[in-house]
Amino acid sequence: MTPLLSVSGVSKRYGPHIGCADVSFDLYPGEVMGIVGESGSGKSTLLNCLAGHLPPDAGRVVFDTRSEGPKDTVTMSEPERRMLGRTDWAFVHQHARDGLRMGVSAGGNVGERLMAVGARHYGDIRGKATDWLERVEIDAARVDDRPTTFSGGMQQRLQIARNLVTGPRLVFMDEPTGGLDVSVQARLLDLLRGLVRDMGLAAIIVTHDLAVVRLLADRLMVMKDGHVVETGLTDQVLDDPQHAYSQLLVSSVLQV
Amino acid sequence: MIELENVSKTFTLHNQGSAVIEVISGVSLSVVPGECVALTGASGAGKSTLMRMIYGNYLTQAGSIRIGGTELVGAAPRDVIALRRETLGYVSQFLRVVPRVPTVDVVAEPLRAVGVAQEDALARARALLGQLNIPERLWALSPTTFSGGEQQRVNIARGFAHSYPAMLLDEPTASLDAANREVVLSLIEAAKARGAAIIGIFHDEAARSRVCDREIDVSQFTPGLAA
Amino acid sequence: MNAPFREEGPQGPAERAEASEYNFAYLDEQTKRMIRRAILKGLAIPGYQVPFASREMPMPYGWGTGGVQVSASVLTPDDMLKVIDQGADDTTNAVSIRTFFERTAGVETTTQTSDATIIQTRHRIPEAPLTEGQILVYQVPIPEPLRFLEPRESETRKMHSLEEYGLMHVKLYEDISRHGHIATSYAYPVRVEGRYVMDPSPIPKFDNPKLGDMPAIQLFGAGREQRIYALPPYTQVVSLDFEDHPFEPSKADHCCGLCGSAESYLDEVIVDDSGGRMFVCSDTDYCEARRAAGHKGAFAA
Repeated sequence: MTPLLSVSGVSKRYGPHIGCADVSFDLYPGEVMGIVGESGSGKSTLLNCLAGHLPPDAGRVVFDTRSEGPKDTVTMSEPERRMLGRTDWAFVHQHARDGLRMGVSAGGNVGERLMAVGARHYGDIRGKATDWLERVEIDAARVDDRPTTFSGGMQQRLQIARNLVTGPRLVFMDEPTGGLDVSVQARLLDLLRGLVRDMGLAAIIVTHDLAVVRLLADRLMVMKDGHVVETGLTDQVLDDPQHAYSQLLVSSVLQV
Repeated sequence: MIELENVSKTFTLHNQGSAVIEVISGVSLSVVPGECVALTGASGAGKSTLMRMIYGNYLTQAGSIRIGGTELVGAAPRDVIALRRETLGYVSQFLRVVPRVPTVDVVAEPLRAVGVAQEDALARARALLGQLNIPERLWALSPTTFSGGEQQRVNIARGFAHSYPAMLLDEPTASLDAANREVVLSLIEAAKARGAAIIGIFHDEAARSRVCDREIDVSQFTPGLAA
Repeated sequence: MNAPFREEGPQGPAERAEASEYNFAYLDEQTKRMIRRAILKGLAIPGYQVPFASREMPMPYGWGTGGVQVSASVLTPDDMLKVIDQGADDTTNAVSIRTFFERTAGVETTTQTSDATIIQTRHRIPEAPLTEGQILVYQVPIPEPLRFLEPRESETRKMHSLEEYGLMHVKLYEDISRHGHIATSYAYPVRVEGRYVMDPSPIPKFDNPKLGDMPAIQLFGAGREQRIYALPPYTQVVSLDFEDHPFEPSKADHCCGLCGSAESYLDEVIVDDSGGRMFVCSDTDYCEARRAAGHKGAFAA
């Protein structure tokens, strides 16, 4: 089977400082990869390089496009990459405000990707938007409300709806539950889990929260100082960590 | 169905003075379809560890573990996941659940994962929960608030929902009363009858002698414990 | 009001211009060349906003400096110029600009649409259909149709170059969700030749259908924002809408009180202190021509 995403040798430096170094992995359709590490580990840099937000200094990020087969997204033209970002790829930001238009209604936010790829029937767009609001457990009556009137958890769920409405195959998530109350996190994680499975999504999730990866990720990559120190099956890396840093990370988690 | 050859495991605790603990070494065993093999040995001998290695939860340092012909040691994560979904079932001592998911959905999940339709999966789940005497009023609730015994039975129901060709059972009758123990043992017998290869850890001698065809003393593989 | 506005005398336009202290049409030749290059580029890429170095003009920003610079660059001594403001030849601004060109270019001027070769307009397209050989110059305040949704110039430039116009439809979607219909009634955005989204300047949406397939050349000048764009003759121009909320070129549901026209765009005029009102053609030349031909409205004297 062709990997959905094939990453080889991705590196990014900030002057003498290593952002991420020589990261390689293959991601298959439906697989969820967690990237964990503490602040400064390079996980966000890596995610941004993979998602096309930051140009890596070296390496290839080959995505299996629908129309042309595997293509290196690093050397892709900007229009192509931006189109990918609106259709097959999705990016869920840590802060919903970065991923939403705060001055546009919830329905408009969800409908934007549809309109960006040519949807021109108001009724259909609104219907799809309302469907998706319900899927992410937002009351459909809020379809005309602006996200400024939503709680943090609702904004995050709206961001997810906005991203998933065009049925992307690969979702990048940056600390999707960061900053949310614990009970809100639990609900969001459950929702994500369900959506990922129902839609057969592949996902790359960056987080410092091991509970999130335990729940959502099939595979795990542990990063420290820009390097991947360990990689493998999620429950294996968490229950039987091999690398010193992974062992430290796992043992540091407070038990409730 | 389950074949181990010269399997070894070492833990290296980097943050505790790099202590190296060799837990198990040179394990070879084989379980054929329809057979139930018990792992015995003193506490700490490595029974649960070995079971976790067979499941892929613990990394195996050396040797080969083949389930239905598929090599587990060194396998890619998605292959292990596929194996666990279709071929290899595991009933551990702990129920790890997602908050908010109702019991009946927890039990139905393995069936949904192999493509069984929602209604059929739920029907089978309900049947199992009924067999295991979980009251119907609890089916719509999340098992996070259940008692230890109830959680164990939900765990077992989930473990037996899909007909795995290979199964690993870690203390399946622990914390169960006589009636429920009886149910679990008959589930194991039914699984054997349909051709499943089973490895189990049973502290309860009576249970062990009832369902297991053979016993393997794991202490013979534990360095420092071997007689 | 049919006679051209100029001083009587033996001098022709060229002589008068030479006698004045200005270069022909006020701008120096290098500036005109620069603006003409921008115009050519705009015609070659219909709807694309071409940046140009807007000059200091003897009227402040917001008073038509863009339109005046474009007109100045395309004027020749043989042209006949018409200037209208919201359809009327006789408002202060129209008179000002017309006089400006009489003094600096010495060209003949007219109020009759059919006689003019160049028509400079603020916020209306004349009712009388234009012909090949005519040029319509629009005064534009904000050339960027996406400006109110996306304040960053860097982003809007990218959106145009990458043809990312989803946001434009989001704006229309928001209108419908809030008002039940698309509430934009002027400066209604259009798609040119299926490529660029353009702001047609604050003309009423009633005028939008005239933009497409027009035999005349249409030039748009924004002086403060320093942009020129253009529509060559017979260009495809489509007003944005939704399939289930199609574009409607609406006008007041009345006839002109003076000439009786049911087809022209109307201004509402308050006639007394008790709220009495009447509707008259916004295009004064059109209304006059109809009256001269014998048509009468309800309020005709």
